[in-house]
Amino acid sequence: MSTPIVEMRNIEKHFGNVIALAGVSFDVHPGECHCLLGDNGAGKSTFIKTMSGVHQPSAGEMVVQGKTVTFESPRDAMAAGIATVYQDLAMIPLMSVTRNFWMGREPTKGSGLFKRLDIEMANETTMAEMRKMGINLRGPDQAVGTLSGGERQTVAIARAVYFGAKVLILDEPTSALGVRQTSNVLATVDKVRKEGIGVVFITHNVRHAMAVGDRFTVLNRGRTLGTAKKGEINPEELQELMAGGQELAELEGSLGGTV
Amino acid sequence: MTQNEQMMGDERIREETFFARLMKRPELGAIAGVVLVTVFFLIVADESMFTLAGVMNFMQPAAQLGILAAGAALLMIGGEFDLSLGSMVAFSGLVFGACITALNMPVFIAILCAFAAAAAGGLINAQIVLRTGLPSFIVTLAFLFILRGATLVGLKVATEGSTQLRGVRDAAGDGFVVNLFSGDAFPGLFVWLAEKGLIDTFKNGTPKVSGIPVEIFWFVIVTAIATWVLLRTPVGNWIFAAGGDSNAASNSGVPVKKVKTGLFIATACCAALVAVITVLDAGSTDARRGFQKEFEAIIAAVIGGCLLTGGYGSAIGAFFGSIIFGMVLIGLSYTNIDQDWYLVFLGGMLLVAVLFNNMIRKRVTGER
Repeated sequence: MSTPIVEMRNIEKHFGNVIALAGVSFDVHPGECHCLLGDNGAGKSTFIKTMSGVHQPSAGEMVVQGKTVTFESPRDAMAAGIATVYQDLAMIPLMSVTRNFWMGREPTKGSGLFKRLDIEMANETTMAEMRKMGINLRGPDQAVGTLSGGERQTVAIARAVYFGAKVLILDEPTSALGVRQTSNVLATVDKVRKEGIGVVFITHNVRHAMAVGDRFTVLNRGRTLGTAKKGEINPEELQELMAGGQELAELEGSLGGTV
Repeated sequence: MTQNEQMMGDERIREETFFARLMKRPELGAIAGVVLVTVFFLIVADESMFTLAGVMNFMQPAAQLGILAAGAALLMIGGEFDLSLGSMVAFSGLVFGACITALNMPVFIAILCAFAAAAAGGLINAQIVLRTGLPSFIVTLAFLFILRGATLVGLKVATEGSTQLRGVRDAAGDGFVVNLFSGDAFPGLFVWLAEKGLIDTFKNGTPKVSGIPVEIFWFVIVTAIATWVLLRTPVGNWIFAAGGDSNAASNSGVPVKKVKTGLFIATACCAALVAVITVLDAGSTDARRGFQKEFEAIIAAVIGGCLLTGGYGSAIGAFFGSIIFGMVLIGLSYTNIDQDWYLVFLGGMLLVAVLFNNMIRKRVTGER
């Protein structure tokens, strides 16, 4: 396999005397979807925040395309091509899709006093990028507030991809979505992956992970419980790993295997 | 080809009618208001209201308010208020008047001083709001009183005991700079139009309207700049973003604090502009200058479609909102209606506008 775009080696993160991460190793290759699974409190959020430059690791090494890096801020991570789409999306409902898409990176034309927004280019690009992701907008001036949750996720993903993300971190993108919207987002993940972008997909839903994942890493209590390739593991085993084994088997029995 | 067609159309999305699109424009309410008020006065008022002289009559107060409203609208879209706007007019008016009369400065320098004082006020407002995280409503409310009081004290110092500073006009003299901020523009054109019989004249042949009051030009210029910035520059996008959700905006790389500071300063400079124009016009300044203008400017902005919560609105809307103000203020004197209904109208208009804006916002965001 190719060399990883991002490699996290034995990352540790301590908050005072709380050890949130106790040595996590994780990597993403171009064009793969690497799922990071774990129950609440497993350290998923801390880990991706470390990866996206929000937190600085207490110990361990981050390697981006063969070079050791340290991120001081999310801006550094973005510059290195690591984009994060958070659950509470950085989207403004009252603003149009175009204005949201280009927010903070507006294209301009002209110079001096006549430097102005390149509205035509912005509109066309937005429509085209959204169409690529399978979303037909009513128009580029449609407000983000009128989009469904899944569509908003897709706008955020399309934006990250357009601005040159090499690695896309998706923080529980499907957790608040309905069935149909979830499948739309999963389809988007698949499209992004085919463009050669590495996707880090954080979820605690095994089914969603199995649907798009190439590899699966399970976090529990700040440690990796191991990484498995697609086909090497079945959903039940994954579920069990996530819950830490013990009582879930009993629970599953009583619920008829529906968890 | 078929695939392309599939990609272009979506059977779930109905074509929007022209009317539906129009309904989503933030300035729609204000334009509808102007039409309504015009129709009302066409029926009720003396017909002289809509002669050239009558129009100039109501456009003059509309313009003075509109300059403030343009700034207030931008600031509201950026998610902040400035309640010290009216007091800022009085304060920079005092600075301007005192520089000319007491300190004998040239007009140009005095104008710069007035703008500098206002800009400093705006900067202080912005810094306190941004550093403490307090609502701008409270911070600028404090400055409403602080600046009004400081103006009163300053006037007494500058005039040795009086609350009115006179003789500004005489001290300012006449010149290019003074003409930029006072009097009427294009007097020659109007004399020519009168000679051709195109506009009304007095019996001796001089035109009834000797020119367009300069504030109307400033009104249009300020609104045009505000609209240009808002709709056609990156800064405009930042203003919408800062007001819509400042957290999301700064996560996306928008310099929210710089944007808001700039807006506070720009709004204060609008106040300084109004101060210079009105002080030169009256020839004097007093502590009541700009009294309650902050509320009128915010009302005009709200009538113009600005949401109180920020992130949505238009400078063109504030333009028409101000014209509604001017028309009603002056228009009532052309009717048999008691002028004091003006305030009742003001409150009523605000209420209707807010209800209307709420409806529009729900349409825009698709909330149900």
